[in-house]
Amino acid sequence: MTNEELQAYLTGEFSKAEVKLGKQYVEILVQAADLHETSVRLKNEPELSFDYLFCLSGVDYPETMQIVYHLESVKHRHVVVLKVNTADRTDPKVDTVSDVWRTAKYHEREVYDLLGVKFNNHKDLRRLFLDDSWGFPLRKDYKDEVRIVER
Amino acid sequence: MSEIKEIIISSDKIHTDQYLVNMGPQHPSTHGVLRLLVRLEGEIVHHIQPHVGYIHSGIEKMCEAISYPQVIHLTDRMDYLSAHMNNEAVALCVENALQVEVPERVKYIRTIMDELSRLASHQLWWCVMGMDLGALTTFFYGLRDREHILDIFEETCGARMTLNYSLPGGVMFDIHPNFQKRVKEFIKEFKKKLPEYDQLLTGNVIFQERTKEIGYLSLEDAIAWGVTGPAGRGSGFSCDVRKHHPYSAYPLVQFEEKLDTRGDTFTRYRLRIEEMHESMHIIEQLIDNIPEGDYAVKMKGVVKLPEGEFYQRVESARGEFGVYIVSDGKKNPYRVKFRSPGFSNLFALNKMASGHKIADLVAIMSTLDLVIPDIDR
Amino acid sequence: MPKSADRFLYNLAPFIIMIATFLAMAVLPFAKGLQTMDFDIGIFYVTAVSSIGVIGILIAGWSSNNKYSLIGAMRSGAQILSYELSVSLSLVTIIILAGSMQLSVIVESQRDSWFLFKGHIPSLIAFVIFLIAGTAETNRGPFDLAEAESELTAGFHTEYSGIKFAFFFLAEYINMFIVAAMATTVFLGGWMPLHFGSFESFNVVMDFIPPLVWFFMKVLGVIFLIMWFKWTFPRLRVDQILTLEWKYLLPINLVNILLMCLVVLTKFHL
Repeated sequence: MTNEELQAYLTGEFSKAEVKLGKQYVEILVQAADLHETSVRLKNEPELSFDYLFCLSGVDYPETMQIVYHLESVKHRHVVVLKVNTADRTDPKVDTVSDVWRTAKYHEREVYDLLGVKFNNHKDLRRLFLDDSWGFPLRKDYKDEVRIVER
Repeated sequence: MSEIKEIIISSDKIHTDQYLVNMGPQHPSTHGVLRLLVRLEGEIVHHIQPHVGYIHSGIEKMCEAISYPQVIHLTDRMDYLSAHMNNEAVALCVENALQVEVPERVKYIRTIMDELSRLASHQLWWCVMGMDLGALTTFFYGLRDREHILDIFEETCGARMTLNYSLPGGVMFDIHPNFQKRVKEFIKEFKKKLPEYDQLLTGNVIFQERTKEIGYLSLEDAIAWGVTGPAGRGSGFSCDVRKHHPYSAYPLVQFEEKLDTRGDTFTRYRLRIEEMHESMHIIEQLIDNIPEGDYAVKMKGVVKLPEGEFYQRVESARGEFGVYIVSDGKKNPYRVKFRSPGFSNLFALNKMASGHKIADLVAIMSTLDLVIPDIDR
Repeated sequence: MPKSADRFLYNLAPFIIMIATFLAMAVLPFAKGLQTMDFDIGIFYVTAVSSIGVIGILIAGWSSNNKYSLIGAMRSGAQILSYELSVSLSLVTIIILAGSMQLSVIVESQRDSWFLFKGHIPSLIAFVIFLIAGTAETNRGPFDLAEAESELTAGFHTEYSGIKFAFFFLAEYINMFIVAAMATTVFLGGWMPLHFGSFESFNVVMDFIPPLVWFFMKVLGVIFLIMWFKWTFPRLRVDQILTLEWKYLLPINLVNILLMCLVVLTKFHL
């Protein structure tokens, strides 16, 4: 499907989500509660079959924490960007998708390590790169007087 | 004495225990500071838990404090063997965001440098693969031929490994007048040398015994774990970014995406060798046709991206490399995320190596071609 | 030394290996009369003494209290015990031909022609098997499983350093020399010069080269061959190494002994 067709299809299928055409890819923003259900449908519906998660990143926006999933369908070769927001900064929680796309298991650990977003139902949620005493360096309010050069 | 007898009588078979071995962080075959916590029973591997982060250098955090041209200089510290592809990914991402059209000449130069990097990386992989399996001659063969490519790099941009050659808007310098001649000489010579690789290692009975039907990865698992590059293509996962999302001069050249569905260590090995042939084929198509023109477009002194999100995928020597830039309109990025091929590939190792022996684990790890800074970033 | 190592055994292991290798040196005939001891059971003595070395390896691997060392030692134990068979049986093949186990007699009876040529195909097969099994017994590549630097970092001597480590390496290289010297003595005519039956002038020229030089030329030739193996071939896996011995080399060897018996009985040899 082309981006426009995909956008139209997704808008029809996912009524609760916010679908828009971004600069490169179709973006679909879901509520945190709908994330797991949406991702299962994105993967399993034969017209979509987004089976390849090629990038999972977390972004710390001023108001929200956002987790961004870049998905591609190996069969149809279309790409979609799935986004989910969480407003809670002290204890942000999002459902895991590691049971949908297995590679997410370690990408989610990375996000937890660097941004402190916890993933519900994740089997093995530990820090990946840093040790437990460290803060969450990719958060914008992270301060490290010793190592960071302020500009 | 009687106690021992009782134990022997009471257990109808010999009781064996599983034990843990730490492979790494200092280990010859992890090629860097990677730690694998391996659960073994005798020689047989039952479970592998990779522990990463020993050289995590916080590149993504550093990028938030510096400008876009400076980001490029950090990218080739990640996967130092495909430095040029990483540079190019950021350069392309910035160009797409600013909608800058680079001259045809730049596209040709970048593509040739891409393929030369890929060749150099695969050569090093090949000689290290031989070393991991215990054949030492491969190391000298591979490094001997790689030297020619590094010399070409040095003449072109002054650096041998961390190239820093691509910039937003073009390349840093024009190519050296000798560039075309030397690349053609290299291709001519390496075409004769590549069959030697096959004679030394591929055809070897011991090598085939060691690698065939070892470390099987199914197509479904390859996609689920996001295993890309020759490792993914060995399982039949068509994941070549050069084919599916072409960039630079790749739409202009003829080449084949080598696929195989056998998914074992030998297949992944063979695909990399075939990829070297394809790389030379691509360079041959481009090297004589580099168009005249500028080697860079004039960019503003301070590069500022419009607000929004930008993603660029390229095919590095290890698999799919991605750059995700979030910009808030300032001169430095709001957030940069690098999708490194090694990260996803590494975590499929448990799936591939469980049930095999320690020696096979080393061979399987070799065909994944891990570069540890690429994983840790 | 690792803290929880067994101090006594840890220190003992390198010496056991060194002693075992040097004991084997005692019976090697370097030239006519240049031989420390000339037993009438020379070959038997060498095979017996050289297998003491494996005890040293097992002790080293166990006493280091390191998992890599233990895996290396167990591999090495399984490997050396198996290949001991092939080495001995291939030597038995030649003993049948020579009719003696005394090394000086064996060399002397190769005056007209080396055993490699004398015994036709059976002794050629025995020579090839002896080289393979000899390489395996000295833990050289492609059979260097006990060390396997890319898998077990350094195998049974991972925890050793200094002169004790040097002893292990020295022992490995002396062992390689002994295997080459045995191959030379038993198959390649020892210190005897190369002679062709009817080329009188060629034979005379060859006689001018001193026996000691002949011996070392042959030994170095075999050592070169063994090193060549190591650098070219990838390492075998532990199950493959045992399959090679028990499923291929051992049956071939047994049949080969029968063949050699036939050759000797029919006086078919030169």
